[in-house]
Amino acid sequence: MSDATQTFQNLAPSAGAKFRQRTLPILIFAACLAAIPMVGPSRTFYTIAHQMGINIVFALSYNMILGKGGLLSFGHAVYFGFGGYVAMHAMNWIEDGSGLWAGFPVFFLPLVGFAGGALAGAIIGWPSCRKAGTTFAMISLGVAELVFAAAFMFDSFFGGEQGISGDRMNGVELFGLSMGPISEVYWFIAFWTVVGLVGMWAFTRTPLGKLSEATRDNAQRVQFIGYNPQRVRYLVFIFAGGFAGLAGGMAAVNYEIFTPDAMSLVPSGFVLIMAYVGGITYFVGPIFGAILLTYMQSMLSDFTEAWLLYLGVLFIAIVMFAPRGIAGIVFGIWDGLRGSNPGQYIAGLLMKLAGILLMLIGLIVLVEVSVRWSNGYGEVYEPFGMHLGHQNVLSWLIIVVTAVAGVALTRYASKDKEAA
Amino acid sequence: MTTPALSLDKLNKSFGPAKIINDVSLDIAPGERHAIIGPNGAGKSTLFNLISGLYTPTSGTVSLHGQDISDMPPHEINKLGLSRSFQVSNIFTNMTVRENVRCGVLHSMGQGYAWWRNIGSNKAVQQKTWEVLEHCSLADKANVPAALLPYADQRALEIAITIAGGADVILLDEPTAGMSHSETARAVDLIRRASEGKTLVIVEHDMGVIFDLADRISVLVYGEIIATDKPEGIRGNAAVREAYLGDEALPEEVTA
Repeated sequence: MSDATQTFQNLAPSAGAKFRQRTLPILIFAACLAAIPMVGPSRTFYTIAHQMGINIVFALSYNMILGKGGLLSFGHAVYFGFGGYVAMHAMNWIEDGSGLWAGFPVFFLPLVGFAGGALAGAIIGWPSCRKAGTTFAMISLGVAELVFAAAFMFDSFFGGEQGISGDRMNGVELFGLSMGPISEVYWFIAFWTVVGLVGMWAFTRTPLGKLSEATRDNAQRVQFIGYNPQRVRYLVFIFAGGFAGLAGGMAAVNYEIFTPDAMSLVPSGFVLIMAYVGGITYFVGPIFGAILLTYMQSMLSDFTEAWLLYLGVLFIAIVMFAPRGIAGIVFGIWDGLRGSNPGQYIAGLLMKLAGILLMLIGLIVLVEVSVRWSNGYGEVYEPFGMHLGHQNVLSWLIIVVTAVAGVALTRYASKDKEAA
Repeated sequence: MTTPALSLDKLNKSFGPAKIINDVSLDIAPGERHAIIGPNGAGKSTLFNLISGLYTPTSGTVSLHGQDISDMPPHEINKLGLSRSFQVSNIFTNMTVRENVRCGVLHSMGQGYAWWRNIGSNKAVQQKTWEVLEHCSLADKANVPAALLPYADQRALEIAITIAGGADVILLDEPTAGMSHSETARAVDLIRRASEGKTLVIVEHDMGVIFDLADRISVLVYGEIIATDKPEGIRGNAAVREAYLGDEALPEEVTA
């Protein structure tokens, strides 16, 4: 063994690298959030941005258990919902001005949401975290169904079908924010998005956060380094529930209404897709996923009634061809550009992108023509002044030619890369 | 006589009607290097699983420094100072080598399940991690993802995680399995250094390694210990030779 006087060599990354890789991205993110109101965004922009902030925190909290903990949950919206409901009730207590709540600022309601989500995690996680794998996934599904059904039985807490509503413009004002106009709520959302992000990032740097990754990789070995994997899972689950509850609290303040639908299987599935499409192996993955999918949910639905179909295709494509998600693609491109032969890499990349674009055109024409045909209203898909009806041979020609050309080009580009 | 570091008393383990471990009693003194040999399917790995708490004995007791640990879960036993390695590399594949060892160090450094401190800020943890890496000749590969390590280094990491927590009783399950000659020599050297002043129980098929390392050897055949003796004694034991005949090379042939 080395003698005690020997100085140890610090094998961790240098302070500079740590700053560049860890602190800097968070600062840039916060700076972007701070800069957004300066460009005078529209109401629609604020609405979508708020939803994105909420979904970023929600998806990151989901990835605490899926990506970092290795636990597949089909019921994460339960904790989002509990946090939201508790925050909603607290908002009404603030309005009543009863007791301690009279002095509680609405701005801090996400903390109440955190407590609600964590409490729900502590209660529900107690039995469900004993097992990992399929058992855990099935229990989470059962719990989600159970809670959703219960939401219609316990009206005083969940408010039945119409849910619970409140008014955020009560109580103590903080930072000069009346919380009335949407541009003021923006600062509330931005603040808690950064708090959630930093909080969950910091969690990955703690002993418990690292043990969570160790338990995901090898639960058996964790036992033989002195830790109980069940306890590790349980503690992580409580935190994931807490941060989901934080997102729920943000949503409660943002929408001033909370309904049982917010804790149904639909948002539970949506958060899974957000995290997975974004990339569960990266901490930042779910952020990408939350931004893209929130955008798709809000904007794409204006363009096409088939947007859910596109979402499904995107999800399947990611699962099959890019299992590391958008983050994996982004970092892959980054590595490729900094690789030994960036010129060749860019050429291959452009060819692949062209192929994907062609396939996408084929897919869009197919879906849009079919949807209109199936509706039977006699609507015709008319992109760029073209008249693509289902009786038009040109429509089907475009579909087949672009799809075949796209597949061929993508395959050629992939093969080329392997040979290089 | 001092309390044995590890003591097995009339240990039995059955899976349904199959008796895998049959009345095994064994005392291992503190500081002893004890090898367990036996033909395939003799129950060596089952014995390790019983000692380390992965299995609960059907009857009989396992004691660590005089304390009964038969019914304890593995992590409790580990906290009392018993650590083990595995026959197949059982590491945290998605982490770097340094993070693997650091996980092994955490508990002994009183880090518990802490969620309120930064893992990188504790000097003692970093220092101990570095010492273990240096000790196992893994320091230069500290930031390599564990999954990308060559096989022999994965085995070394397996041992590094096992000793990282500072346990004083170490069980190694076939640490040199699948290694080349030079790799085996390196591994034996590592094991010798790692087990200095500690109690070592090792299961191994390589007779050269065993006769080189062990103070005493127990021979396990069909779940029963048929002999426990110093290496010379085992070499001359007729029952042992019979058990091994036609099954594996005679110990004396290998070590001659």
